[in-house]
Amino acid sequence: MTDDGRTTHTGSLTARPAGRRALLVELPDAEHTAAFHAEVLRRRAAGTLPPVEEIVPGARTVLLDGVADPQALARRVTGWQVPPVADDTGHVVEIPVRYDGPDLADVAALWGIGPDEVGALHGSYTYRVAFCGFAPGFGYLTGLPPHLHVPRRSTPRTRVPAGAVALAGPYSAVYPRATPGGWQLIGTMPDPRPLWDPDRERAALLTPGTRVRFVTAVGAPAAGAPTGAGAVGTAPGAGA
Amino acid sequence: MTTRLTTVRSGALTTVQDAGRPGHAHLGVPRSGALDAPAMRLANRLLGNAPDAAVLETTLTGCALRPDRDITAVVGGAPCPVRIDGRPAAWGAPVRVPAGSVLDVGAATAGVRSYVAVAGGVAVEPVLGSRSTDLLSGLGPAPLRDGEAVAVGTPARPVPPPVAAPWPGPPAELVLPVHPGPRADWFTPAALRTFTSAAYRVSPHSNRIGLRTEGPPLERVSAGELPSEGMVLGAVQVPPDGRPVIFLHDHPTTGGYPVVAVVPEPALAAAAQAVAGTPVRFTFA
Repeated sequence: MTDDGRTTHTGSLTARPAGRRALLVELPDAEHTAAFHAEVLRRRAAGTLPPVEEIVPGARTVLLDGVADPQALARRVTGWQVPPVADDTGHVVEIPVRYDGPDLADVAALWGIGPDEVGALHGSYTYRVAFCGFAPGFGYLTGLPPHLHVPRRSTPRTRVPAGAVALAGPYSAVYPRATPGGWQLIGTMPDPRPLWDPDRERAALLTPGTRVRFVTAVGAPAAGAPTGAGAVGTAPGAGA
Repeated sequence: MTTRLTTVRSGALTTVQDAGRPGHAHLGVPRSGALDAPAMRLANRLLGNAPDAAVLETTLTGCALRPDRDITAVVGGAPCPVRIDGRPAAWGAPVRVPAGSVLDVGAATAGVRSYVAVAGGVAVEPVLGSRSTDLLSGLGPAPLRDGEAVAVGTPARPVPPPVAAPWPGPPAELVLPVHPGPRADWFTPAALRTFTSAAYRVSPHSNRIGLRTEGPPLERVSAGELPSEGMVLGAVQVPPDGRPVIFLHDHPTTGGYPVVAVVPEPALAAAAQAVAGTPVRFTFA
């Protein structure tokens, strides 16, 4: 309990006040967070969740913002039975990658393999968008096993190009546009434009809960060129 | 024919703002929108606009604009001299600006942000349902530049008869009510006492992302890292230097510094009008 006496613990879930209109629900790890987030979305879709303006997952939290009575919602969520997220839920987005990043050799050394083996290993896992942040359409993807987690670069780059496929800590990501960044760059998505398009009904390609596979793009055209083999593919059930 | 409003003098920073784009935080999209929302709504009401019609938000030094057709405008928010072709005109009330004349919004005599509303609203292309400029992520129109023009919408109804408008004065001292934040337990009891008893001042490094403060640092219980978590508008975040930062409308949607408290949204309008050096006190509501 905090000094205010309003933080509520139940089992693995801690509901923390975030002002008078929001609740920050803290979970023990990324898996419980994904499961709780999925449960919130299920209940909203079923019409059994009180009105919430923003549902913002984080690394180990889900923020419920724009809530009329956060304390009442805290009491409700602590009583929920939350099933784990099944591996095959959420639609799958395939992201083509040329494994040609400037930090490929460093990551290969940390992984104890050759640079030409990084793509096959990185592409052998299915990832899930845990949360977004940093920039519109920037998703933090979990799914890399702990022994393959790598640190950030000791010196951040002042410019990471759009489409850079990058690793830091437990996360993989694809930069939707050029920004400064400190992640290890292992590859390039040949045409990053689908990652963020505010004119599209779904502006972001990588939304929380989306599953992601990285597919090696062989001989894909350079970014900005007309796309064919390098275009984003979506598996059946991927939606619009 | 669309009425166009050309920027003659863009000032330090003039942006298009409306009610912003809430509902997209889970995609990493900041809320954005007018920092002094009551001022925006009052200016629009005086013109018969929808309350959240897009307006221009200036920063300290005002701006100057030239319409290519007659328009009616209201300059409100931070008090400032208003001139039309050099002749003094009313602040805080509708003024007629003839085609080709220059509406000059002078430097704020108090406060930070003046609002220029025009009958019909500023009609730039919306992005994700909002015309607001988001300075953190670059969504919406770029800040105004000299020589560039923005479109003005067609008024839906005539400008209503003038009424006395209750414009609040900018704060000489900022007293911010706060509610408990999710990470209050990251701070020592002494730090929490300091937070609500010490005299802080508004830092000149404040912007649309956050109101920074100068004053005694808040000491944490531990120096650990906080995994990224969702941030609310008005969150009082404490970075490693210990000086509280109050998140304003262009704040990042997730962050890794602990939030000690949260300022409720209605109190943020005054925060947006507090000039550098203004004394700040936090008080638990």
